[in-house]
Amino acid sequence: MATAVAHAHDVHTHDEHHEHHHETFLTKYVFSTDHKMIAKQFLVTGILWAFVGGLLSILFRLKLGFPEMDYTWLKPILGKWVTGDPGQGQLDPEFYLALVTMHGTIMVFFVLTAGLSGTFSNFLIPLQIGARDMASGFLNMLSYWFFFASSVVMAASFFLDGGPAAGGWVVYPPLSALPQALKGSGAGMTYWLISMTLFIVSSLLGGINYITTVINLRTKGMTFSRLPLTVWAFFITAIIGLLSFPVLFSAALLLMFDRMLGTSFYLSDIYVAGQALDHTGGSAILYQHLFWFLGHPEVYIVLLPALGITSEIIATNARKPIFGYKAMIGSMLGIAVLSFIVWAHHMFVTGMDPFLGSIFMFLTLIIAVPSAVKAFNYITTLWRGNIRYTPAMLFSVGLVSLFISGGVTGIILGNNALDIYLHDTYYVVAHFHLVMGSASFFGMMAGIYHWFPKMFGRMMDEKLGYIHFWLTFVGVYLVFFPMHFIGIAGFPRRYYEFSAYAAFRDEVYLNLNQFISVAAVITFGAQLIFGFNFFYSMWRGRKATQNPWNSNTLEWTAPLEPGHGNWPGQIPFVYRWAYDYSKPNAEKDGFTDFIPQNVPYSMTPHSNLPHENEMIALEKEEMLPHDTTLELAKLAKKKELTA
Amino acid sequence: MNGLLLTFIVALVLAMFFIVFRMSNLVSILRSKNKKNEEVDISTNNFHAYLFLLLPLAGTIWAFWYASRHMTLWGQPEASVHGAEYDWLSKIAHVIIILMFLVTNTGLFYFAYKYRYKRNNKATFYPDNTKLEVVWTIIPAIILAILVFTGWNLWRKVTKDAPENAIQIEVVGKQFNWIARYPGKDGKFGGYNFRYTDDINELGLDFTDKNVNDDFQATELVLVKGKPIQLKIRARDVIHSVSLPHFRQKMDAVPGQPTTMWFIPTKTTQEMREELKTNPEYLKPDPSTTKGDPADIKARWETFDYEIVCQEICGRGHFSMRMRVVVLDEKEYEAWVAKQEPFVVKNKEYVLEAVKRQMKMKQNAGQAFVENVKNTD
Repeated sequence: MATAVAHAHDVHTHDEHHEHHHETFLTKYVFSTDHKMIAKQFLVTGILWAFVGGLLSILFRLKLGFPEMDYTWLKPILGKWVTGDPGQGQLDPEFYLALVTMHGTIMVFFVLTAGLSGTFSNFLIPLQIGARDMASGFLNMLSYWFFFASSVVMAASFFLDGGPAAGGWVVYPPLSALPQALKGSGAGMTYWLISMTLFIVSSLLGGINYITTVINLRTKGMTFSRLPLTVWAFFITAIIGLLSFPVLFSAALLLMFDRMLGTSFYLSDIYVAGQALDHTGGSAILYQHLFWFLGHPEVYIVLLPALGITSEIIATNARKPIFGYKAMIGSMLGIAVLSFIVWAHHMFVTGMDPFLGSIFMFLTLIIAVPSAVKAFNYITTLWRGNIRYTPAMLFSVGLVSLFISGGVTGIILGNNALDIYLHDTYYVVAHFHLVMGSASFFGMMAGIYHWFPKMFGRMMDEKLGYIHFWLTFVGVYLVFFPMHFIGIAGFPRRYYEFSAYAAFRDEVYLNLNQFISVAAVITFGAQLIFGFNFFYSMWRGRKATQNPWNSNTLEWTAPLEPGHGNWPGQIPFVYRWAYDYSKPNAEKDGFTDFIPQNVPYSMTPHSNLPHENEMIALEKEEMLPHDTTLELAKLAKKKELTA
Repeated sequence: MNGLLLTFIVALVLAMFFIVFRMSNLVSILRSKNKKNEEVDISTNNFHAYLFLLLPLAGTIWAFWYASRHMTLWGQPEASVHGAEYDWLSKIAHVIIILMFLVTNTGLFYFAYKYRYKRNNKATFYPDNTKLEVVWTIIPAIILAILVFTGWNLWRKVTKDAPENAIQIEVVGKQFNWIARYPGKDGKFGGYNFRYTDDINELGLDFTDKNVNDDFQATELVLVKGKPIQLKIRARDVIHSVSLPHFRQKMDAVPGQPTTMWFIPTKTTQEMREELKTNPEYLKPDPSTTKGDPADIKARWETFDYEIVCQEICGRGHFSMRMRVVVLDEKEYEAWVAKQEPFVVKNKEYVLEAVKRQMKMKQNAGQAFVENVKNTD
């Protein structure tokens, strides 16, 4: 224990020394090692990518909703990718595939992995566990700059002659290995692989840091059983990423070998463009196993942080403890473990052994149980709450709904018999866009609205937030719900148009596609409101107070705009879990409806539960004599008493 | 000029929005100065709570209305033995998930509405309840177990080995069409080698194999009603996927790794058309026939066809990689088979040339093999 105090002391002196250190623009905003600045770098990059990814989806949604539309007006931007005479300009079919591919890649990796996990793990882990910074600020900085380099390479691939990668975001070989088969599989695919490799490096550097920080740098009293669920989620996410991203790297590496060195890991018996290739003995399915070994955990890499953020926000704004804190952790751990042994449910119709298919169905459907537990726990947290609707809370409730609506169809798709018909139809598109895409996106939005005051010391505009939420919430459902109908009708994914098939010429579905496209445009438009709100509020927003949401977690005890090192003096100690909201008899102890984590049990004799009273003795012996921040906690209490 | 005007209008609209935003901002700042404590704005808070109740309700009603009108055939009419079972299972499973969807979403939105902020109200401190947790771990587990076992049952039926009397047809995917090969009278396919492939011998048939002699190829997949059909599937260049939506079957075509699937068609194309006549959706005109002469307009049931849909992204022409599938009754099928000419008969001169090349290649390979063996000494 003494070492922890000594450590805190050391950092303290170091910090004072630090204040004299002159920060240049370059060290403060560009090559910063401060986790808060790195988080903001991830966030802003993520938001920019989200707009790019969204815009790409609008381009192909227009084609799907209005197959006859004239694309000539986009010729100045898209150039040769718009073909045909003026007045009948059409999107090039290969460019359509490139759009679909890049939309998926950008959204899954750059927005929902880097933008979500990168931002909030970086920002919240040190602030919520009471640490000065990440375990390694330098690796953390590298993590962002590898992501940035990866972004640059991916962005550059748009300007290649053959266009960016176009084989779908899963880039299955042989299609992605053969430039003869697809233009995008030329230089575009090389760029894609380089970019993803850089991205994997970034992810691993970040992940190692998150794990180390959570394990080693928790402040005194912050046991694992007192960690906010956000940190639990980031911690588990980082572990999943650390175990699965290297497998994607190996998949990518072998694909590079096949493309550049003429090896045959994935290629065999191929006759393409009038030529029999030399490759023999490879297995195209091997790639899919490797890819989905990351690909499926990736779903939870994207989703768990969003669920963690939501847990925190729902508890805070319902003014209630999160229901079933331990069950929430248990279900996250369960999901994490199971996420590694369900990957082949993406491959039921690849010709794999039917027996293997059965095994993977069993495992897949088991994963629905912890997910269901999470949903029930969120709902019970709302029960008999006193709910305030901040924009963050709206997005969190929206997330739970999307998580359920998208989750239940997973039960259908995980059932291999039913998946035969629905595999690679719009039903799948609807499923994962709701449960993974939209739900995680809502988590990201909720996080931004909730922690914006902590990030920038200012509030985002609430009214714009409300408008943004309702347009997005309704929009997302209008876009993705009808896709179930289209999916049940068997419409395949990644189709440029459907007119070749008698089965798909029903005008009902044409109208539905049109409806979806209009809804998509409106939903995208609503994001511009957010973009404006975000950047405007950064500089001109209303000044925030120190703890605007009356929240319990540690980050709100830090100064309004924390400097490098987060707390000017000693780091606060932690005495209780993060969810003492609306505790009975808290008024008698001088608190309103929340008791922050840094308040000792000895200060709240009336509201303590029996087992908490037992902790008082321990506190007095081990913690209180060393806690110099206690005066602050007492002051906070007095302030509330007078208020 | 138009572009300039458009930009100007957009800029104007945006500027308007911005001014409205600034004004409402200033007003709200003035207002909040009059308020002493920062507390929850009850009317706004209630507004959100009401919306959480109303909008999902409206959406659900729309979805049910739509489904009851348009989803009568579960998307596509089914026409195979296991297809009927598939539809039944799919409906049961959907009823269950729709119930789950309704119950949980209702709980969520109703609580979101009911427990909205009220002044002087205090939330209930209710951190956990082990009994509840156990209950809602077990209930989903039981429901899932039931679904798993029904699904597993069907999966085993669909994926078990094809019956011995199945009619075998080879289906080969290439950018961007499908080729079907029938084994001919001997019921055996001749061998193939991808190195023998060229523009005429599209399947790389091995002409030194005598089983090839009566194999014939078709650009349409012709099937028999009531007989098990086994498709032997392969791909020439990249991964494709043979999707037969009406037969509720699907299997990827993978280069280098042949796959297979089987099913029993239950309705001939003609019978299916007759049946669809009774469905209002199929009485509507086929949009692809409405552009020309009004006399050519056909109803959807008239243009109905079974089809192979390519369901794995395979390149530029992925969206048009279609093969018509025709289901005949046994008599018609036999008549059709009798009319087909084997590939080697159709392309006699080519085959005589090609067989020389193939023999040469085999000889070279053989020599290389002998040399290899010798070198190992």
